[in-house]
Amino acid sequence: MNKKLYIQSYCKIANNEVVLNDVVVLKTELSDDKSFFKSIYNFLNLKYPKFFKMDGLSKLTYLASELILKDIEIKDRNIAIVFSNSASSLETDRKYQKSINDSASYFPSPSVFVYTLPNIGIGEVSIRHQLKSENAFFVFEKFNAKFNYFYESNLMHTKKATNVLGGWTNLDGQVAEAFVYLLSENGKLEFTIENLNKLYKK
Amino acid sequence: MQDNNYIIDHHIISSLGFGSSENFEQLVLENSGIKEHQRKNGDKFYSSLIDLNKVDTHFSKIGNIEKFTKLEKMMLLSVYHILKQSTIKITERTGLIISTTKGNVNVLSSDSPFYADKKRAYLHELAKQIKDFFNFKDEAIVLSNACVSGVLAVSVADRLIKSKMYDEIVIVSGDLVSEFILSGFESFQAISNKPCKPYSKNRTGITIGEAIATVIVSKKKTTNATEILGSASCNDANHISGPSRTGEGLFLSVKAALKEATISETDINFISAHGTATNFNDEMESIAFNRLNMSNIPLHSLKGYYGHTLGASGLLEVIIGIKSLNNNTLIASKGFDEIGVSKPLNIIKKTTTKELHVFLKTASGFGGSNAAIILKKIE
Repeated sequence: MNKKLYIQSYCKIANNEVVLNDVVVLKTELSDDKSFFKSIYNFLNLKYPKFFKMDGLSKLTYLASELILKDIEIKDRNIAIVFSNSASSLETDRKYQKSINDSASYFPSPSVFVYTLPNIGIGEVSIRHQLKSENAFFVFEKFNAKFNYFYESNLMHTKKATNVLGGWTNLDGQVAEAFVYLLSENGKLEFTIENLNKLYKK
Repeated sequence: MQDNNYIIDHHIISSLGFGSSENFEQLVLENSGIKEHQRKNGDKFYSSLIDLNKVDTHFSKIGNIEKFTKLEKMMLLSVYHILKQSTIKITERTGLIISTTKGNVNVLSSDSPFYADKKRAYLHELAKQIKDFFNFKDEAIVLSNACVSGVLAVSVADRLIKSKMYDEIVIVSGDLVSEFILSGFESFQAISNKPCKPYSKNRTGITIGEAIATVIVSKKKTTNATEILGSASCNDANHISGPSRTGEGLFLSVKAALKEATISETDINFISAHGTATNFNDEMESIAFNRLNMSNIPLHSLKGYYGHTLGASGLLEVIIGIKSLNNNTLIASKGFDEIGVSKPLNIIKKTTTKELHVFLKTASGFGGSNAAIILKKIE
């Protein structure tokens, strides 16, 4: 019999609002993503210069992960990271494509190109928290609770991970949306497809 | 203890041929698919490319060539052939995984006939094209985890079947060689000006290539199936665009895969390594395999035949590894001459026959990602 799993904590970033475990912890004036992300960075009192080198998706991924991981004591660093989104790294892909569109203004930059992969953000989180653990990035049209449930439960039940940092971080034009949670053997809210969908839609 | 899963069918489309056996025959002859090609700006470059005319000739028998991108047509063809040769029937218990790094990214360029279709650049849209063509019941799962995607996809399939989400999963992997990719690797000064030479002291960087590799993973064993013994993927937590100097993530991935497989390194008959022929990658691998006490195990990189086929590479190399097991043949590491890494490796210099049972496939990529999988022949 597999052990019951719980959503120990969760956060959401969307519509200029930050929610941590049901509580609105930050609400800003409507602004662009860049200044919204900066205000979350300031709000969390983060001091991580690498943040300013990241592309938008990595910033969003990093900030949402900090909300969850910042204040918890990590005893065992075997935290798997399983993220997904709808637009992959398309925001940065479009930016990179502009830099190679015509020969007159041809200027491909390695520091932009490296962010044209959606898993770079989880690499940034791994570096920040020294998580040498299982990680994978998936793409679905919409948040796929069923997939998260099956894949992440397996990682926990087979002891591939002690915790899973799971989530959805999507950046696409006007859309910036993050829903990130920590899966654990302890907690109050049971890890089910229904509960994941409830939290995501809340 | 859960039952193990099996790779029960496989199919390859590459510059060396359509079909796994056709590809393997070319490798046994040590023929490489890497040739000189020309870029948009007239520059020459080496790559292993699939001829679009050939794709269209094949595809016109199953669909409208105008309606799909080159990548979609190749993926559809490969899935079509694997379903034809397989005994599985698509039901609600059949999953679909697409492994790709950049999918249809070339439609972002105004040169593409699909430029006006803004949806087409989305990876889930590529996945939907494959799903709808064959009437898969569930939404496809796209895995986009840099250059480890192809290896990790098998691991993901194995886990999803073990967690009872599906009974069998079709994995199709692929990426194209585009200006997007070429210019990017070039900006890193990582592209070789001749066919790549993994682990050689004369290596000068990567050759990029394109391929489609498709497998079916199932909980049901069939004759000629290959058993998935164990797998893992561990991050270096070191740098987003360079591997760890100590090979930490690769070391941990192989250790964890061995643990799940409940075998030791001495049970591994050969290693199909990543071997991109960049200075950093090949050096890192030599350090990791040395730390793993694996420096005596015969090892090759297949990049000298196909180049680095990105999201397909891991799965392509898994299939060739399976063919090696079934044919008891160690494939030479094309392009290798003199060792050019600091720790000893037992590079396969000549294609030879040898009794084989178990192999290890590894990959490493951007974002600090690493993956390892161990596969065993059914005796």
